[in-house]
Amino acid sequence: MQRFKLFLPLVVFAVVALLFYVMIIRIDRGEYNPHQLPSALVNRPFPKFKLGRLAATDRMVSRKDLLGRIALVNVWATWCPTCREEHGFLVHLARDEGVLIYGVSYKDQLSDARQWLKQHGNPYRLTIYDPKGSLGLNMGVTGAPETFLIDQRGFVRMRYQGPLDETVWREKFQAKIKQIKREQSGDSGSATG
Amino acid sequence: MKCWLVLPMLLLASALHAAVETYQFSSPALETRYHHLTSELRCPKCQNQSLASSGAPIAADLRRKLHRMLEEGRSDHQIIDFMVSRYGNFVLYDPRFNRQTAVLWLAPAGFLLVGAVVVLLIYRRQKNAALVAVDDAPLSDDEQRRLRQLLDEGDKDSVND
Repeated sequence: MQRFKLFLPLVVFAVVALLFYVMIIRIDRGEYNPHQLPSALVNRPFPKFKLGRLAATDRMVSRKDLLGRIALVNVWATWCPTCREEHGFLVHLARDEGVLIYGVSYKDQLSDARQWLKQHGNPYRLTIYDPKGSLGLNMGVTGAPETFLIDQRGFVRMRYQGPLDETVWREKFQAKIKQIKREQSGDSGSATG
Repeated sequence: MKCWLVLPMLLLASALHAAVETYQFSSPALETRYHHLTSELRCPKCQNQSLASSGAPIAADLRRKLHRMLEEGRSDHQIIDFMVSRYGNFVLYDPRFNRQTAVLWLAPAGFLLVGAVVVLLIYRRQKNAALVAVDDAPLSDDEQRRLRQLLDEGDKDSVND
């Protein structure tokens, strides 16, 4: 017993070193990113807004227009190279998988943003034009790209910072969507029952 | 123009480039609060920079918003609420006490408590050990005599061998 006590500091050191090592491995594998903050908006209503559409800035869009279905809200900009990286995947999601995506054109030039969609394809049901980043600020956006998952009531269920790709979509988004759908069917089940 | 000044000034310029924009304040009190809040709030994009020292675009946006809110007459509390409701507790260098931050706030007291218990245990053990030692020390006259007797016998035995 007494001899064991001598090794206690070593044991503590080993445990702490192991914890750090596990964190480094998780960062390497992309499971944990210290730059990704938990969103303050998760499980809260998507913020209210009133902004023009990218296609026609005099036609206003508001929070109501986003309700009714599970959807992605994707914050993007032409000045953001990572947005270019994920754009192809967004187009694939919208076209081939029938995912409903709304765009937020974040702090961008009108002509640049329109040109971008013409050139690279338009995955968005509608794009909200947010040149001053006011909606972005209310969404707690820190940069682009960021993607929010909202449910049919307009509650934010998940926020992802960085480019979407097959892995992120499958592992993070689809799991959450499944959960939302389960809740939905549970709700309607209890309503009828 | 003193040429030797150029280099130090250039070096200084690079250190000061982060927060470039300047704001006009309607009163010096507002300006003081602005400087206080920008140093108390953390840039949400950066790992460890205040709003005041960060060059990130989002930090510039938040400084502009902060300036506007101050001029609109909002209180510090309202401004901090605004930031926390959008960016979470992460933006506070001095986080409020709530369920999420309870561990952070209470951990030092917890460690202190554990330390105190350990010190107390060691102290008590040492005191007990000292008591035992004191108990053993003085031999009564009888005991002394018997001890001497035993030692003498031992001496004789060894001589006989």
